[in-house]
Amino acid sequence: MRQDHEAALARVAEAATQAAEGGGEAARARHVARGKMPPRERVANLLDPGSDFLEIGATAAHGMYDGAAPCAGVIAGIGRVEGRQVMVVANDATVKGGTYYPMTVKKHLRAQEIAAQCHLPCVYLVDSGGANLPNQDEVFPDRDHFGRIFYNQAQMSAAGIPQIAAVMGSCTAGGAYVPAMADVSIIVREQGTIFLAGPPLVKAATGEEVTAEDLGGGDVHTRLSGVVDYLAEDDAHALALVRRAVRNLGAAGGDAPDTAGPDPARPIDDLFDVIPADLRTPYDIREVISRIIDGPDFTTGFDEFKARFGETLVCGFARIEGMDCGIVANNGVLFSEAAQKGAHFVELCSQRKIPLIFLQNITGFMVGRKYENEGIARHGAKMVTAVATTAVPKITMIVGGSFGAGNYGMAGRAYSPNFIWTWPTSRTAVMGGEQAAGVLATVKRDAIERAGGEWSAEEEAAFKQPTIDMFEEQSHPLYASARLWDDGVIDPRHSRKVLALSLRAALNAPIEETRFGVFRM
Amino acid sequence: MFDTLLIANRGEIACRVIRSAKARGLRCVAVYSDADRDALHVRLADAAVRIGGAAPADSYLRGDRIIDAALETGAGAIHPGYGFLSENPDFVEAVEQAGLVFVGPSAQAIRAMGLKDRAKALMEKAGVPAVPGYHGSDQSDARLRDEAARVGYPVMLKAVAGGGGKGMRIVAEAAGLDEALASARAEAGAAFGNTDMLIEKYIETPRHIEVQVFGDGERAVHLFERDCSLQRRHQKVIEEAPAPGMTDAVRTAMGAAAVRAAEAIGYKGAGTVEFIVDGAGGLRPDGFWFMEMNTRLQVEHPVTELVTGVDLVDWQLRVAAGEPLPAAQEDLALSGHAFEARLYAEDVPAGFLPATGRLAHLDFPDGVRADSGVAAGDEITPYYDPMIAKLVVHGADRESALAALLRGLSRTQVAGTVTNLAFLKALALHAGFAAGEVDTGLIARDIDALTEAPAPGPQVIAQAVVTLAEPGQGFTLWAPLHRRIETSAGPCTLIMEGPDRARVIVADQQVRAIRQGDSWRFDGQAAWPAVRHGNAVTVFAEVTHEITLVDLLERAAYAGALGDTIEAPMPGLLREMAVAEGQQVAEGDRLAVLEAMKMEHVLRAPRDGCIARIGVQAGAQVAAGTPLIELEKAET
Repeated sequence: MRQDHEAALARVAEAATQAAEGGGEAARARHVARGKMPPRERVANLLDPGSDFLEIGATAAHGMYDGAAPCAGVIAGIGRVEGRQVMVVANDATVKGGTYYPMTVKKHLRAQEIAAQCHLPCVYLVDSGGANLPNQDEVFPDRDHFGRIFYNQAQMSAAGIPQIAAVMGSCTAGGAYVPAMADVSIIVREQGTIFLAGPPLVKAATGEEVTAEDLGGGDVHTRLSGVVDYLAEDDAHALALVRRAVRNLGAAGGDAPDTAGPDPARPIDDLFDVIPADLRTPYDIREVISRIIDGPDFTTGFDEFKARFGETLVCGFARIEGMDCGIVANNGVLFSEAAQKGAHFVELCSQRKIPLIFLQNITGFMVGRKYENEGIARHGAKMVTAVATTAVPKITMIVGGSFGAGNYGMAGRAYSPNFIWTWPTSRTAVMGGEQAAGVLATVKRDAIERAGGEWSAEEEAAFKQPTIDMFEEQSHPLYASARLWDDGVIDPRHSRKVLALSLRAALNAPIEETRFGVFRM
Repeated sequence: MFDTLLIANRGEIACRVIRSAKARGLRCVAVYSDADRDALHVRLADAAVRIGGAAPADSYLRGDRIIDAALETGAGAIHPGYGFLSENPDFVEAVEQAGLVFVGPSAQAIRAMGLKDRAKALMEKAGVPAVPGYHGSDQSDARLRDEAARVGYPVMLKAVAGGGGKGMRIVAEAAGLDEALASARAEAGAAFGNTDMLIEKYIETPRHIEVQVFGDGERAVHLFERDCSLQRRHQKVIEEAPAPGMTDAVRTAMGAAAVRAAEAIGYKGAGTVEFIVDGAGGLRPDGFWFMEMNTRLQVEHPVTELVTGVDLVDWQLRVAAGEPLPAAQEDLALSGHAFEARLYAEDVPAGFLPATGRLAHLDFPDGVRADSGVAAGDEITPYYDPMIAKLVVHGADRESALAALLRGLSRTQVAGTVTNLAFLKALALHAGFAAGEVDTGLIARDIDALTEAPAPGPQVIAQAVVTLAEPGQGFTLWAPLHRRIETSAGPCTLIMEGPDRARVIVADQQVRAIRQGDSWRFDGQAAWPAVRHGNAVTVFAEVTHEITLVDLLERAAYAGALGDTIEAPMPGLLREMAVAEGQQVAEGDRLAVLEAMKMEHVLRAPRDGCIARIGVQAGAQVAAGTPLIELEKAET
C-alpha cells in the first residue's frame, strides 16, 4: 500500500522538481549573469523569512508544448509579506523569455481569481516578453486571454484589493499594462523596461533608433513618464521596496490568526499505511478526517452530523489550525439520503458562515431503476444547488476518485471552490475508463449484432483498450494539474497544512450572506 | 560634622562614592551636565543639581557652580572623585572658603606634587629615591662622561629640546658614550638647533608599580602596592595587586618610601605614589624610583580594597569628618590577589577609537565586582571618557584571580556599542601576563595578536540570522525556498527544511539549525546568549559579536533617478552659481540658488561628482527645465 502511494507521489514530485527548474541551467546562468535573481529566489526574497508558500499550479503545463513551458513559465502562490498574505505572480524569464503560453495566461488568471475571491493583495514580479507569438490565437483574443489580466487588475483595484507590480525585466506590449494598471509600481534601473513597442518595432515603424533604456527604462519611467513610482537599484532592492509598499497597505482584512491548533487525533505521517492506493478498495474516510482536523481526539475534534443517516456522506463540524470548518466527505456512492444530508449540512454552514471542506472520493450517484425512480436526480440537484450557491468559502481536496456528477455535488472546479487540491493517487473523469469503454463496446456490439455480425471477446478487448488507456492518461492528476483543472497535486501528508493555508487565505475575505437557489423538493 | 555629601563627578566614580556614602548614612547630592540628565549617578543620588552644558568646561569643571550647588542643597562636604577638579588646588581653596569640607588633601599638598620637578626635588630631600640622571648646563664631554658613570650604565641620552625619539641614544657601557654623544648631538642640532643633552638611567624593562597611601594630615600608612604595568600608550588597561614577583623586602622598602612621601607633604586622604621599577632580573629594594604622586583616589583603587578589605572611600569620608587614621600600619595585611580590567566602549580594531551608543543590554556575572556608571538602556555619550565599567575580581592567589578575571570577562555581556572586551580577554589569556612577566611594553609588543578581531564563526552568524529573521515554518508544497538574509557578516541563505528545521548557508559553510520552542540549536550546539536590539543582534560567543541586518532600502537608488543634469525646477532668476566647472562636489552640497515665486530655492548636488559643465551664469532669468549644471557621468 505504502509503496504504491510513494510511487504515485514520486512521479508528481519529479514533475514538480522539473517545473521548478524553469528554463534549465543555461537559461538560468544567462539570467543570473545579467545580475537578475532567478524567479524562485525573487519569490523567496519577497516573502518573509520562513513564510509558508502555497504554490498554485506547480506542475502547470506539464507534458504540454513539448515540455517548452515548465511551470507554465510563471510562478504563482500565496505567502506572507510583512506578515500579510499576498498572492505572488512571478514571470520566469528563463522560460522562453517569460512569454505567455495559453497555460501561462490561464495560470496568471487563476492566481488573480484566487486573489479576488480571497481578497489577497497581488504582487506581480514582471519579467516577460508578452504574448508567445506562435500561440497568439490562443492567448490574445478570447475572454479569458491576455487582456483579462488587466481587466482583473482594474476590477480588483476597484474592489480595494491592492495591486503592486515590480518590473524586473522586460514588460513589453500588452505586458506594459501590468505596472501601468498597478496601484503601486517599482522598476529596476537598467534592467526593467516598459514599452508598448520595443526598439526593433519602433525602428520598423518610424525609423527612430533608440535604446531600450532610453525608450522605457527605469530612469525614464520614474523621472519622465510617471509610469512607475519607485526606482530600484537591483532585484533585492526592488523586493525590499515591494515589502515596504505592502507594509503601507493599511489594515489587512479578516486575516485569521496564524496558530497551529491542537495536533490531530492521529498522525498524518501514517496516511500511506492506512489508506489504500487502489481506488477500488473502499476505506473509511474518517481515517483521513481524523488526520487533518484539530484534535486532541476524534470525538472532541469532530462533531459528526447525522452519522446514522445517509452514511455514505460523512458531514461534521471541525477545526483546522483553529479555524472553524464544515467537512463534507464521501464514504461510498451517493444515495438520495446522502445527498439530502449534504444539502442540509451545506445550509447549516452557510447560515453560520462556516467554510466548507470537501473531501472527494466519489464514483458517482447511485444508478439503477430504483434510484432513478425515487428521484435521486432531484436529491442530487438539491445538493448541487446548495454547493453552487453557498457564499461560504469552499475548499476541495480530491483524495480518491472524482467521477461524474459526484464531482459536481462535491464542489468540483465548475463550482468555483476557492481552492482545489488533488492527491497523486486520485483520478478525475466523467466516468471510469472501464465503464466508458464498456458503454462504447455495448453500442458497437449492438450495431454489429444487429447487422448479423459477430464480435469476439478478443476483438472487443482490443476495441476497448484505447479508450481505457486514454481515460487512464487523462484522468491522472498530473494531466489535470497541467491544465489547471485543479490548483496542484500535493503530498497527501501535507493535506492538513494545505487545507489550513487555503482556509486562512479564504478567510482573508469577508463571508457574505448566502442566498440559495430554488431547491427541488 | 556633615550629613550631606555632594559628589562633584559623574560616571562610575560618582556611583562608587555614593555607595559608600550612603552606607555611612550620608545624604548624597549629585551634579550633572545636560548630557547626564538621566545618568545612573543622578538616579542613585538623593538629590541632583544641573550645573551646565555637556562639555566638561561648562559643567564638571565649573567649581563655582558646584560650590553653589552644595550650598543650595545643604551639603557640608564635596567629594571630587578622580579627574575633573580632584587635583585642582584653587578649587580646594574655594571649597574651604565657602565653609565646606573638601574630601581629599590640602591645596598645599596638591600644589607640592603638582609640579613634577619640584615634587622630585622634595622627594629626594625626604629620602625617596628618584630616577637618577643629569640635567645640567655643563655640556662638556668630560662632565657628561662623569655623570653617566655616576648614574650607572646603561644610560639614556636625550636631547633637552627633543621629542619623537630624535637625538635619543641608549648607551650600554662607557666605551660607547663618545660615539653616541656625537651622533645624538648631530641629530639634535639638525632637528632642534640645540645640541644640549640630558642623561637618565635607562630602565630596560620598566614596570609601573604604585603604592596606595592614606594619611590624616600628619601620619600616613600604606596599603601595599598595585602593579599597573599593563598599559597601552600610558593608559592603564589591567591593574593588579599585589605586584607579581614582589618580595617582602621590596614591599617594605617601597611602602616606607611612599609613607615618607605622604608625610613629607602632610597628606590627608587617599593618595598614590607611583614608582618606575626595573623589572629586569627581579625586583630589588634599590630598583625603584619615584615618578609622581597622585593626590586623589585612583581609578584602580578597588584592587587595593579587595586585597586589604578596606573601603577607601569610607576611610576618606571618615578622615574628612575629622577622624584619625582608621588603622595603623600593623593592622593592615594583604589577602589574596586582585585584578581590575577597564571595560571601555571603544573600537579596538579601528585603533581603540572611543565609541558611543545606547547600551541595549548590560550584564555582569556573579563573582565580579563591577563598578559601573551606566546601566542597560543608558547611553555612552561622546562627551566623556567612554568607560563602561571596571571589572574587579579577587582570588586566593594570582592564578585563581586570573581565572576569575577570565571567567568574568567571558560572561560580561554588553550590547549596543563596541567594547574592548575581546582585547581584555586576549590580555587575560596572554602567556606572559599569566606568568606575571608584566612590563609597560607588553601590550605594544603584542598589539597585533591582542587586537586581532576574530570573525564570527558560521554558527554565530547562523544564530544571528535566525534571531533577526524570526523565520516561520516555511511550508512549501515541494522544494523549500532559499531566502537570502543580508547581514553585516555577509550574505546568508536561510532554507526551512521543516517547521522547526533550517539550514543556514554562511559563505560556503552550512549550519543546521533546529528550533526547540523559542530557542535554537546550531550544529547540535545550544545557542549562545544573545540580545536582539532593533535590527541588530549581539551574540555573546567566545567574544561578543554584533551582527546587523542590512537594510536593503538604504540604497543610493536616487542618484541615477535625478540624472546627471541639474535643471531649474521652475522659472526664476538664477541668483547664485556656487560652483565652477571641474569642481568636485559631495552629495548635498549647495550648487546654485534660484529665486522664484518670492522664494530662494537652493539646488543641491544629488550625488558626489565632478561639475562637468555650467550652463547658465548667475543673474540669468531661466525657464523651467533649463539645464543649469551637468555632473560628470557616474561610473557604474
